[in-house]
Amino acid sequence: MSSDVRFTDFKSDKQPTWCPGCGDFGTMNGMMKALANTGNDPDNTFVVAGIGCSGKIGTYMHSYAMHGVHGRALPVGAGVKMANPDLEVMVAGGDGDGYSIGAGHFVHAVRRNVDMTYVVMDNRIYGLTKGQASPTSREDFETSTTPEGPKQPPVNPMALALAAGATFIAQSFSSDAMRHAEIVQEAIEHDGFGFVNVFSPCVTFNDVDTYDYFRDNLVDLGDEDDHDRHDYDAAKDRILDASKEYQGVIYQNENSVPYEEQHGLTENMADIPDGAPDDAMDLVREFY
Amino acid sequence: MPADFNWAIGGEAGDGIDSTGKIFAQALSRAGRHVFTSKDFASRIRGGYTAYKVRTSVDQVQSVVDRLDVLIALTPRTIEENLDELHEGSVIVYDGERTTMQGVEIPEGMVGLDVPLQSIAEEKGGAIMRNVVALGAACAVADFPIEHLDSSLEKRFGGKGQAIVDNNREAARAGRDYVHENFDHEFDYDLETTDNDYVLLNGDEAIGMGAIAAGCRFYAGYPITPATDVMEYLTGRIEQYGGHVVQAEDELAAINLALGGARAGARAMTATSGPGIDLMTETFGLIATSETPLVIVDVMRSGPSTGMPTKQEQGDLNQMVYGGHGEIPRFTLAPTTVAECFHKTVEAFNLAEKYQTPVYLAADLAMAVTEQTFAPEEFDMDAVEIDRGKVVDDDTIGEWQNEKGQFRPHALTEDGVSPRSFPGTTGGAHMSTGLEHDELGRRTEDTDMRVEQVDKRNRKVETAQEREPWEYREFGDTDSGNLVISWGSNEGAMVEAIEFLEEDGVDVRFISVPYIFPRPDLSEVIKDADDVIVVECNNTGQFADILEHDALTRVKRVNKYNGVRFKADELAEDIKETLSQEITA
Ligand SMILES: Cc1ncc(C[n+]2csc(CCOP(=O)(O)OP(=O)(O)O)c2C)c(N)n1
Ligand code: SF4
Repeated sequence: MSSDVRFTDFKSDKQPTWCPGCGDFGTMNGMMKALANTGNDPDNTFVVAGIGCSGKIGTYMHSYAMHGVHGRALPVGAGVKMANPDLEVMVAGGDGDGYSIGAGHFVHAVRRNVDMTYVVMDNRIYGLTKGQASPTSREDFETSTTPEGPKQPPVNPMALALAAGATFIAQSFSSDAMRHAEIVQEAIEHDGFGFVNVFSPCVTFNDVDTYDYFRDNLVDLGDEDDHDRHDYDAAKDRILDASKEYQGVIYQNENSVPYEEQHGLTENMADIPDGAPDDAMDLVREFY
Repeated sequence: MPADFNWAIGGEAGDGIDSTGKIFAQALSRAGRHVFTSKDFASRIRGGYTAYKVRTSVDQVQSVVDRLDVLIALTPRTIEENLDELHEGSVIVYDGERTTMQGVEIPEGMVGLDVPLQSIAEEKGGAIMRNVVALGAACAVADFPIEHLDSSLEKRFGGKGQAIVDNNREAARAGRDYVHENFDHEFDYDLETTDNDYVLLNGDEAIGMGAIAAGCRFYAGYPITPATDVMEYLTGRIEQYGGHVVQAEDELAAINLALGGARAGARAMTATSGPGIDLMTETFGLIATSETPLVIVDVMRSGPSTGMPTKQEQGDLNQMVYGGHGEIPRFTLAPTTVAECFHKTVEAFNLAEKYQTPVYLAADLAMAVTEQTFAPEEFDMDAVEIDRGKVVDDDTIGEWQNEKGQFRPHALTEDGVSPRSFPGTTGGAHMSTGLEHDELGRRTEDTDMRVEQVDKRNRKVETAQEREPWEYREFGDTDSGNLVISWGSNEGAMVEAIEFLEEDGVDVRFISVPYIFPRPDLSEVIKDADDVIVVECNNTGQFADILEHDALTRVKRVNKYNGVRFKADELAEDIKETLSQEITA
């Protein structure tokens, strides 16, 4: 780690192919700032990306990275962190990636509480496959595959996370650059699984959950000084309140003990001897 | 044929059949005898027939035979299930006082020993020890010194306190004494003991042990019969070496966790069985394209779908050789014995890292749950070599960076193998992806680069074909025109079948193949033979198909897919019959 890292050091020389105006630009910039602010550098950072427009983030950032299969970035990230707890691990993907095909992994990643940060670029649509309903799409949102709307209530990712025992739940808005970077930074600093759902508008396929919509409807929990993030019930009330879109850290469990700590994982597992361990014959003798 | 002794205990699942069988097997092994065990079990925990069989000899035993000398029957069904294997003079130990065993008829010609197992056990401290009383009775029949049971009873019950161990010892002796005092039948058995030291373990345990020896530090899995033992073995042991086992939420997560571990630089592994392999196949392609080393164990069982989860089959070969969308360079190794499970696991890790590609280890139920004795030297830890392949560090990374200082993880090399930089290495940051990519790992749809990267990845297989000894194991009469080929766990049965065939005046040359992909070139050997038979536990002859393709000629097949492994004597008969048949189109 070095102190003179700038956030642009996390930028790759590949030009993003996101549509001009896509929320993912802001989401990524915030992540890079947060990484730099927390004293990380590209060589000790591991970014795991999912599949989708959001998943392209791994290509545009510069760090050690893995671009997984659709929906399964979280277990990859957990594996990386368990095998080398010295690394700063960040996982990023879309709402389809994380809450549809990857929903099972999401719930278990939350309860596993590995010390990593999960950023979901929630545009409430499938972007890369050109505009189908996602699990966070509104019930009446018309798309190519749901001409009359999905007719199912959207998934509430924060409620899922809370129910699964999350130790850190936050939400941010990609175009509120300062706040977004600050919130991701808090997620990184959290000891355990830091979950940030980011409103990251899709300007091409979603004409409902737009920048204007979020600007008009976002309530910053930082402004509501009565919100105590350590108060589970208060967090629950806000999470279940469907009438508002919140920004900020909604819940944080102060007693969070990350998975690695609970399992005594401290070593870099890449370091192994040249041959079998010295006492390996003991493994054989057990079978006498 | 060595004089061997075949023993079994059978009853309902939940009757403690497994642990009783294991105690006996261990006692025999500690008495310097060779042991080969097999299990009949149903896919349920309580109720349902289950048996543990032990074959033992002073010479090495490598398979099961169609014969049972002594059977401890805890239920009437145990006798029914084993009728085919019981013979004139077989001894059946049973407890006639037990309600379910009252009025049980012992088949004609066999010797029924009605031993009040339960009453004796109660006298000695608890009904739960009735299996141990039965073991004592079996020792009397087999003329096997009861003292040899003591240490395995100690191993099994030591944790529960000395009193329990002592009670069990007494119970065993009471069972022995009851037989001596109440039956004046002369039994023909005399289980000789020797001074040899053997270890007794099964294939799953050997795989786990091989993994630790090979430096595997990260294991992620999801329970599935018959692969779970690998995970259970590693749990509690791998930690002593700084490693970790995770029970994932499913196989999709298991392989992705393992992939993450491998990507971070750990030697990582997952193990599953057929249905789990299906779920892992998507990620298998990612592993290959991202060139991440990973060992994936498939302990095969009867498929497709959930098939017969507790029964033997070698039906996933095609999946391991061809499975996955697109074309995937991979290695597939198939250990042929329990000891080979250890060696092939070590080799799998080296191949995975040397060639940066996924490696399948094709084990199967018969081998995974079979305990077998070996001299401890078979697991020579000093001989384990770890080759991590082309790993660069802070000092050596320079030669693999481009003029802009960017690392080239997918450099187009002559041998197809590129450098690897573990995360944390300065100047080595890069992305790994399943998308087609350039040398830097960045997505590309450039037609030339696509071709170059596909060629590069496949070149690894060619390089390995040249550099690695893709040897096979050979048995029998190497000059014989009768060629038998098999893969995986059929080796033991076939080696013993050769002896049965010799007795009948039939000579065979037997080749056992532990490498499926790539594999030794057998085309000339096949063409030179008069008759070729490929033996495997599946219906269609998946390996036979591959060999026909390699040699451009037809081969004969012996296939077994009823859920039971090959038995040596039965296999000899099948071979004889098949040799006399013509190939029909
Ligand atoms: C197994 C599998 N199924 C389907 C796809 C096709 N696919 C690619 S991206 C995507 C949806 C992505 O949506 P989201 O996660 O919301 O990301 P966005 O593109 O909106 O950022 C789908 C269905 C795939 N790549 N793999
Ligand atoms: S389609 Fe939507 S999500 Fe994808 S890049 Fe364009 S704006 Fe962004």
